[in-house]
Amino acid sequence: MNSSTLTPMPTLQARPWLKEHSMTLGYLLLFLLLSALVENFFSAANIVGLMLSVAQIGMVACTMMLCLASRDFDLSVGSTVAFAGVLGAIILERSGSLGLALGGGLLAGALIGAANGMLIATLRVNALIATLATMLMVRGLAFIVSHGQAVGIASEGFIALGDTSLLGLPLPVWTSAACFLVFGVLLNHTVFGRNTLAIGGNPEAARLAGVRVERLRVWIFALQGLVTALAGLILAARITSGQPNSAQGFELDVISACVLGGVSLQGGRARIFGVLIGVLIMGTLENVMNLLDVDAFYQYLMRGIILLAAVLLDQLKTRGGQHA
Amino acid sequence: MTQAHLQFDRVSKQFPGVKALNGVSFEAHAGQVHGLLGENGAGKSTLLKMLGGQLRPDGGRLLLHGQPCNFHAAGDAIAAGIAVIHQELHYVAELSVAENVLLGRLPTRFGLVDHAEAQRRVAAQLAAIGIDLDPAARLGALSIAQRQMVEICKAVMQDAQVIAFDEPTSSLSHRESEILFRLVHRLRAEGRTLIYISHRLEELYALCDSCTILRDGRKVATHALMARVPRERLISEMVGRELTDIYDYRARPAGAMRLQVRELRSQALPQGLSFDVRGGEVLGFFGLVGAGRSELMRLLYGADRRCGGQVLLDGVPVSGAGPAAAIAAGIVLCPEDRKEQGLLTQASVAENINISCRRHGLLAGLFLRHRREAALADDFIQRLRIKTPHRQQEVRLLSGGNQQKVILARWLAEPGLKVLILDEPTRGIDVGAKNEIYRLIHEVAARGCCVIVVSSELPEVLGIADRLIVMRDGRISGELGRAEASDTAALRLALPDPALSHRCRP
Repeated sequence: MNSSTLTPMPTLQARPWLKEHSMTLGYLLLFLLLSALVENFFSAANIVGLMLSVAQIGMVACTMMLCLASRDFDLSVGSTVAFAGVLGAIILERSGSLGLALGGGLLAGALIGAANGMLIATLRVNALIATLATMLMVRGLAFIVSHGQAVGIASEGFIALGDTSLLGLPLPVWTSAACFLVFGVLLNHTVFGRNTLAIGGNPEAARLAGVRVERLRVWIFALQGLVTALAGLILAARITSGQPNSAQGFELDVISACVLGGVSLQGGRARIFGVLIGVLIMGTLENVMNLLDVDAFYQYLMRGIILLAAVLLDQLKTRGGQHA
Repeated sequence: MTQAHLQFDRVSKQFPGVKALNGVSFEAHAGQVHGLLGENGAGKSTLLKMLGGQLRPDGGRLLLHGQPCNFHAAGDAIAAGIAVIHQELHYVAELSVAENVLLGRLPTRFGLVDHAEAQRRVAAQLAAIGIDLDPAARLGALSIAQRQMVEICKAVMQDAQVIAFDEPTSSLSHRESEILFRLVHRLRAEGRTLIYISHRLEELYALCDSCTILRDGRKVATHALMARVPRERLISEMVGRELTDIYDYRARPAGAMRLQVRELRSQALPQGLSFDVRGGEVLGFFGLVGAGRSELMRLLYGADRRCGGQVLLDGVPVSGAGPAAAIAAGIVLCPEDRKEQGLLTQASVAENINISCRRHGLLAGLFLRHRREAALADDFIQRLRIKTPHRQQEVRLLSGGNQQKVILARWLAEPGLKVLILDEPTRGIDVGAKNEIYRLIHEVAARGCCVIVVSSELPEVLGIADRLIVMRDGRISGELGRAEASDTAALRLALPDPALSHRCRP
């Protein structure tokens, strides 16, 4: 790093390192502990299953990270997952074309996202309210187009989306990994990513520094919609049907994963690696609770507790830094 | 000598990485105003925070009437009769003046707040210290100056015998400052001990009996009779070196006409405004707070919506679509409010410098070049002498002067810079950094750029500008060349028409 004339204080140098990597270290510790204590946890089949279970959350967490980093919020992703899956299944049923089904689903997702973005950035509707409204509307659309029924998928090609394995890992895991790679690069190595953090940190200052804030926010939401639709199509492929009532509460899982990964709801702070860890923590806990045969009702309780604990921990960390 | 009312005895405070205060001792006497002078980061605010009970000294003591005090929280200081009027005021905008003054001690009747009684008490106190304010008014509806008065009233009602002011006039207009000064005189006459921090020497001379000068956390000198100490001596004590002419003005040949503003209008400025700037010229904008200077600059920069008019740069129209368009044309703005509008406070120094110019150096038009950005940041940190431990330092941790230099660096890094607009570039900045910023302004002008400087400090605009435009009530009230510009001429143009102001009296 930079060797300036002033010698940096040792405490200032050592502490951030620990701060930045505390979640990663915590997860590694958890992983080792679980491997030693929980039967069947540390096996190839279980680890792959774990990753598969969080593939959708992982993909959408990447774009949700951008959304939260720009001080916005999106509650509509769960509904978009369901709608894209249903729409894809219906188009496939009617046209028989895989390309058309995928294209239609993705386009619908991107449009929903862009609409969210315009509501929020251009028409200045509060993000929570705007996406709460689209969440309801899109869920409604999913029920309307499917008449409330699951739409079965028979196409081998479509099902292969969720079923194919490459080098021992299922395709959804690869897609998710690709998302982390792409959005990691986007966040850290492009103007788009840096400006996203800038508008989250201080929107007015970012605007006066030449960032086209409105346009950027619309883009972030459009990307979010696109990736969410992809997740929805993959989910439909995995369960071989488009289900209008699938992915209920999905948005909260995604936001939880981001927050666990250290993304600040106040905007301006996000790290892709943190989000990856957050997603893995979510998946691991669920997986272990299943292995230990914990009642589903208790799982909700546990997830809430873990999220709260992570946020409180984060609060303590930032408060520690405010003394100076 | 009588027993001092308030005494700092070898007070020290260590922050991570800086010794904020290093064995500072001085005393303040009842019935006197004691000024605290020093550059930013000299330790004045740290002293006030100790006085207010927000910080505890690592070493040394604070004595009141010779008795050591040990404050654990802000409440302890209030209980001991100390009030600090901070730069950033703390209040509840939705509550009334009376409620704010009596917050936490509201009179009740049968368990309900007795509003009539609260307002009666506050009205009496306001009248006693000569402030004309309605105790029922909602605090959020008041001007900053009036809110400050409310804060002072609160201090008096808490029977504070020691009242400390931290740059109270930094956001007040001339007239508002006058009211504040009268109040300070009155509090002094009542035998209270006043501590007064300001960067404005004229003000300190007018108000203070004695003063202490701090530099880098140490006391440089205490003057028992401030009036006898010449200005130059105070400045050199603050800065630690002689500063003969801090404005560093050098005449430059006037260049060709570059920026032409024609009948520019917005919602806030309904009357069309026109002016020109030549290349290499430093144009000053003076006016009272609220005259519309900042609004005009924001409009020129595209930050506010344009309703009409035209901006021509080198004969080419500049769109008012937004800051991004202005920057692309070569017009940049260092905004008035550094923290809210200028800085990406959570981001690093390097990020703040590179945010705009990085679009010119992308790899394949998409990817950032981290090494090049780092080199650029280091280069500017060195050239502008930005005091920061490293380029990755969060910019909010820098002092005001260095923050301003970071924003300047952001714009100086723009290869197509043509018009540099600075709105209150030296507000809250110490003398040493001011001087460096003035030098940069002249440097930019010497390159052939247009520089527009908005300032409420008359000596500053008179000192650095080639030409002065004065605004009043959203209009340009006059223009003065450097030779004819004087305080009286500028003030005459800036002050409201007496005939008009009569009507506006509340």
